[in-house]
Amino acid sequence: MMRCRGVSLVVALAIGAPVFFAQTEGLTPAQINARAKAQNVPQISYESAPNFLKLPPNVYLGEGIGIASNSKGHIFAYTRSQATRLFEFDQKGNYVREIGEGLYGFVFAHAVRVDPQDNIWAVDEGSNMIIKFNPEGRVVMLLGRRPEAVEGVPFTPNPAAPEPYLFNRPTDVAWDAAGDIFISDGYGNSRVAKYDKNGRFLKTVGTRGNQPGQLNLPHTIAADAKGNVYVGDRSNSRIEVFDNDLNFKAIYDQVGAPWAVCITPGPHQYLYSSNSNPDTNNSQIMAVTGEIYKMELDGTIVGEFGKPGKQLGEFGTVHEIDCRNENEILVAEITRWRFQKLMLHPEPQRSNAK
Amino acid sequence: MTISQRFLTALVLASPVFSQAPEIAYDSAPNALKMPEHIHMGEAAGVATDSKGNVFVYTRTGGTHESVGGSRTFTFGGSRLFEFDRTGKFLREIGQGVYGFEFAQSVKVDPKDNIWVVDRGSSMVLKFDPEGRVLMPLGRKPESVADAGRGGGPPAGGGRGAAAGAGRGGGGGGRGAPGAGIPGDNFNRPTDVTWDAAGNIFVSDGYGNARIAKFDGEGKFIKSWGSRGSEPGQFDMPLSIAADAGGNIYVADRGNKRIQVFDNDGTFKTQIANVGAPWAICISPGAHQYLYSSNSNDTTTLDNGEIYKMELDGKILGKFGMAGKLMKEFGTVNEIDCRNANQLYVGETTNWRVQKLTLHP
Repeated sequence: MMRCRGVSLVVALAIGAPVFFAQTEGLTPAQINARAKAQNVPQISYESAPNFLKLPPNVYLGEGIGIASNSKGHIFAYTRSQATRLFEFDQKGNYVREIGEGLYGFVFAHAVRVDPQDNIWAVDEGSNMIIKFNPEGRVVMLLGRRPEAVEGVPFTPNPAAPEPYLFNRPTDVAWDAAGDIFISDGYGNSRVAKYDKNGRFLKTVGTRGNQPGQLNLPHTIAADAKGNVYVGDRSNSRIEVFDNDLNFKAIYDQVGAPWAVCITPGPHQYLYSSNSNPDTNNSQIMAVTGEIYKMELDGTIVGEFGKPGKQLGEFGTVHEIDCRNENEILVAEITRWRFQKLMLHPEPQRSNAK
Repeated sequence: MTISQRFLTALVLASPVFSQAPEIAYDSAPNALKMPEHIHMGEAAGVATDSKGNVFVYTRTGGTHESVGGSRTFTFGGSRLFEFDRTGKFLREIGQGVYGFEFAQSVKVDPKDNIWVVDRGSSMVLKFDPEGRVLMPLGRKPESVADAGRGGGPPAGGGRGAAAGAGRGGGGGGRGAPGAGIPGDNFNRPTDVTWDAAGNIFVSDGYGNARIAKFDGEGKFIKSWGSRGSEPGQFDMPLSIAADAGGNIYVADRGNKRIQVFDNDGTFKTQIANVGAPWAICISPGAHQYLYSSNSNDTTTLDNGEIYKMELDGKILGKFGMAGKLMKEFGTVNEIDCRNANQLYVGETTNWRVQKLTLHP
C-alpha cells in the first residue's frame, strides 16, 4: 500500500511540477535537453578496480557492450570486436573462456544478462536474436531469427505490427520470478514482448511515441521481485514502469536518458540507471551527462556517481550495468572499449533512508 | 491409374487435414549429437545418415562474409558440414572453406554413401565421396553479390518463410526461363536432391526457379519440368524431394500445400494435399516404404509443426510432434532422415539443433 502511494506520487510530480529547480545559465538548448532534470543530487563516492579484466595475449576487447555476473561472481563480457564475442572471467577477473565462438547469432552485440539459474542470455542487435546459453556455454533456446542472408535484401519488418516471434534490433532481456521473459525491442520496433519460460509468445505492448505507455528506443529492461518491468525509454529520456501484464504504471523522468538500467536482488531492491554520455563523442553533451543514478524502485533518487572521461573511474558511454551486488557495480563502456568494476561507498544514512 | 485409385485420390484431395490421425508416440534422445567445445550448431538445415549410421549435418553457422573487390563484392562462407558417428560422437568437418558452402539447405547420402550437399546461397549441388572430397559439382555459384539475384527479382519480406516469395519470376540464374530445360541450366536457390535406382539425379529448384531438373548419374542434364503456379505439375517453392523404389518422384510443393507425385520422366501422377505445407519429406527404404512429411511451423510462428507418416499412396498412418522450443517439440523442421523408418533425425532451423527421434508406432 505504501509502495502504491509512492508510485502515484511520483507520477503526479513527473506530470505536474519539476522536482528540482535547476540552473540553466550558460547551457545550450541541446545541453538542457540532454541534462537530467534532477540536479544537486547527493554524490556517491566510489573507486574503480584497476586491471579489472585480464585478457590473454592476442585477445582484445572492442566496444564494451554488455556485462553481467553469475551467482559465483563470474563475469561475462559481450563485446563488438572484429567479430562479436562473449568472454567469461572468474570473480578475480582472470580469463576463463570464450563462449559461442563463431556463433550464427553473433553479429552485433547489444546486451548480456545472467538469469537466476546462471543461464547466460545474449541479445544481438545485428542478428535480431536472443540466445540462451546454459551455464556450460551451449545454446539451449533461441528467440527471434537471423534474417536469411541469401535473400540479399535486408529484412524490413513493419513496426506498426511487430511479429510475435521476430525482433527488429532488440536491445535487452529480463525475467520475472516465474521465468517469464521480457524483451525490449528495440531500435526498429518500439515495444516490450513477453514470453513464457519455454519461449511461447504471451503479449506485446508499446508503439512509437512519447505518450505514457509509448516508447521511443526502449534500450534496456529490468524486472523487480514482484514482476514489475522497468524499461529504459532512452529517446524519451524516461524510465517507464509496467506491471507484470505490461500495463503501464509510472514514469520516472528525472534521471536523463536511461541507456542502461538494472535492479539489485535482495529484500531492499534498488534501481540503477545511467544517463550515459553520447557515443558520438559530442563534448558539449558530455559536459552535462555521463552519471549513473541510484534510486528506490519508486523512482526516489538516492544518489549519483560518475562522469564521462577516459581515465579509470570515468565513463566512456556506459552501455550496460550489472548490479547483482548493490555496492559492486560492473559497467560496460562503448567508446572507451572497457569494462569496469566500481566499488560504491554510499553514506549509511542515505542507503537506509527508506 | 485405375478408376478406384482415381476415386481414392479425389477423396484424399477433398478431405481437410486429418486431425483425427492417430498420434504416434515417440522419444527424443537427449544430447543426440555431441559438439566439440568450440564448435556450435547454427540453423540445422540438413541432416542425413549413411549406411553405417553416421550422421551428417549441414548447418548455417558463422555467417557469410563479404569481400570487397575492386568493382564487385564477393561472398564466402556461412555454412559447415559435420559428421558424427552413430552414437553422436563428433568425427570431423567436411569441406572446410569449400567454395560452394554459403547458405545450407539440405544434405543427403546416396546408396553408395556419397554425401550430397544442396546450398541455397551458392545455388550449387555438391557431391562428396565418402572420404569427403568433392567428386562433382552441379550448377555454378554466382560470381558476385550483384549476380546472386539475377532473374530473381527483389524478395518480398526476405527471411519471412512462406511470405518470402523470394526470387519470384526467377530465370534459371539469368540463363533462360525456368524449366526451359537448357542443357547446363543453372539452379536458382535449389532446395534438395534425390536419386532413382539407376542413379539418375533429381534436383528440386527451388526458391528462385519452380521446377525439377533431372540429370543422369554422370551429371549430364536430361530434362527439366515445372513452372511457377498452382496447377498440377506447377510449383510454388518446391522445398524437398524424394524417390521411391519404383523411381517415382515426390515433390514437397510447400506454397501449394501439397506433395506432388511424378513418374520417372516427370509426368504428373497424383497429389497428396491433406498434410499441411510440406517443408521436408523422406521415403524409408526396404520392402514396405513409408512417406514422412513435416508440416513445419513457419519461422515466424509456433503454429503447426507436426510430422505425418503415410503410405506411399498418401494414406495417413499417424502423426506426431508440434512446434515449440522444448525437447520433442520442433522449430521449423527443414529436413528429415528416415533411413530407419522408426528412428528419424530431424534438422531444425529455428531451434538450431538436430533431434534423434525414436517412434513407437
